[in-house]
Amino acid sequence: MAVKIFYAFLTLIGGIAYGLLLGGISRKITARMQNRRGPTIFQNFIDVWKLFRKKTAISHGVMFYLAPMFRLFGGAGTFLLIPVVIDSPYLSNFSFGGDLLVVMYFMVFGCLGMALGAAESGHPHAPIAVTRGLSQMAGYELPFVISVVVLMVADKTTTIEGIVRAQQGGILHWHLFTHPFAAAAAFVSLLGMMMSYPFQVVMAPQEIPVGPPTEYSATFLSYMFSGRSVFAVAKYVLFMDLFLGGATNLLWAFVKTFIIFLWPLFITNVFPRFRLEQSVLFFWTWPTLIGLIDLIRIFIVR
Amino acid sequence: MGKDKYFLNENPEKLTYSGVFKRFDDWARARSLWVVAYGTGCGAIEIRPTFTSRFDAERLGMQMVGTPRQADVIIISGYLTVKTLKRVIRVYEQMQSPKYVVALGACPINGGMYYDSYNAINRLDLYLPVDVWVTGCMPRPEAILAGFKKLQELIDSGKADGWKKYIDNLEWYRENQKKIIKNWRMPNYNW
Repeated sequence: MAVKIFYAFLTLIGGIAYGLLLGGISRKITARMQNRRGPTIFQNFIDVWKLFRKKTAISHGVMFYLAPMFRLFGGAGTFLLIPVVIDSPYLSNFSFGGDLLVVMYFMVFGCLGMALGAAESGHPHAPIAVTRGLSQMAGYELPFVISVVVLMVADKTTTIEGIVRAQQGGILHWHLFTHPFAAAAAFVSLLGMMMSYPFQVVMAPQEIPVGPPTEYSATFLSYMFSGRSVFAVAKYVLFMDLFLGGATNLLWAFVKTFIIFLWPLFITNVFPRFRLEQSVLFFWTWPTLIGLIDLIRIFIVR
Repeated sequence: MGKDKYFLNENPEKLTYSGVFKRFDDWARARSLWVVAYGTGCGAIEIRPTFTSRFDAERLGMQMVGTPRQADVIIISGYLTVKTLKRVIRVYEQMQSPKYVVALGACPINGGMYYDSYNAINRLDLYLPVDVWVTGCMPRPEAILAGFKKLQELIDSGKADGWKKYIDNLEWYRENQKKIIKNWRMPNYNW
């Protein structure tokens, strides 16, 4: 058990580092798409270190202090419940029976903590952003849950490990190809989860400058930053496990998560932004209807 | 300073540990400057090209942030009216240490073309600790980038300590500020 905890800790450190690196790569790619040089790919590490060592004198109460922790451990908890490499004693993390349901609960956890903390910060922009974030979450959760239910019913299991095992045996066994509509719905809802551009109402740099963490600075912000990074990696790994057949070794895990990471990045760089009601309406119509096709199909075929 | 339950009543410089990572801290601070997006004077028009594709300040690790809480640098871009000065002081005091001030153009140095204006201040140095001056009317983005390069060198060598000066000489700065700003209704400085 102690060994397992140690390896889970190493995985977590690796997850945070990988998330920060992906953030740096995304800044570099964005810069190149805008025809400029951009920062180094290690810029996010420098930013996090600087923030971590900045001094802060702001306080708005207990929840204000707790929210970055919620964010960090919501992300870390989600990451630790998802097996990164299947069949590996070190990298399968703390995945147990029925864990897909727990993961879906845990994914909301960080956002809720964030919402409580940001609401207590008292900045007028924060509640606006929190309202937007939670409304949009209600939007993208629906198609995502539909596609997850499709996979659960199809594979007759609720464990991520079981879903990964059902996809072994060749690229055409991946759920991306066996359940293309569910996969499409989930990948569209990934755009909302990653808050990439058409659904960027939460951070909305032009109107509510940085969204919920407006009042956070220094060390608090560095925790949020690393929490967001590891949460992003957790989502990539989850999508890899659900739709791209999981990974049997670390190299495949890196390759597949990197491919998933590119999808919201390329969408982000070429789209303008939806308003809140437009984005929720979008999630409740197109990806939901597309996901329903597979849900109905799976019940008819079965 | 008054006892305010929401703020520290002591300078956090004395509370935190020091020494071990100091060199690395300075290195990281120099390479990750977040600039608060608050244009004060006409020079704000030169900040946009500095940060967008043509001159691309992001390659130096700089970026614009929308809130003073997360910012390291405030740019005083040109002339400062008395009305703006009050806001600038408020924004500066909301920023968290260590923080730096970059003043653009001739106006913050000696008043520039507004030297005899009834509502523009002549010397910014009396009210806020300035780390780097960039002269010109207005300085072009190349000059601004050169100024930021200088600021990075100063931070890297640990010499950009305007924020410490502000804490140490707070009474003197306050006295000067209150001479200019008559309706002084501001919260206490929270380090």
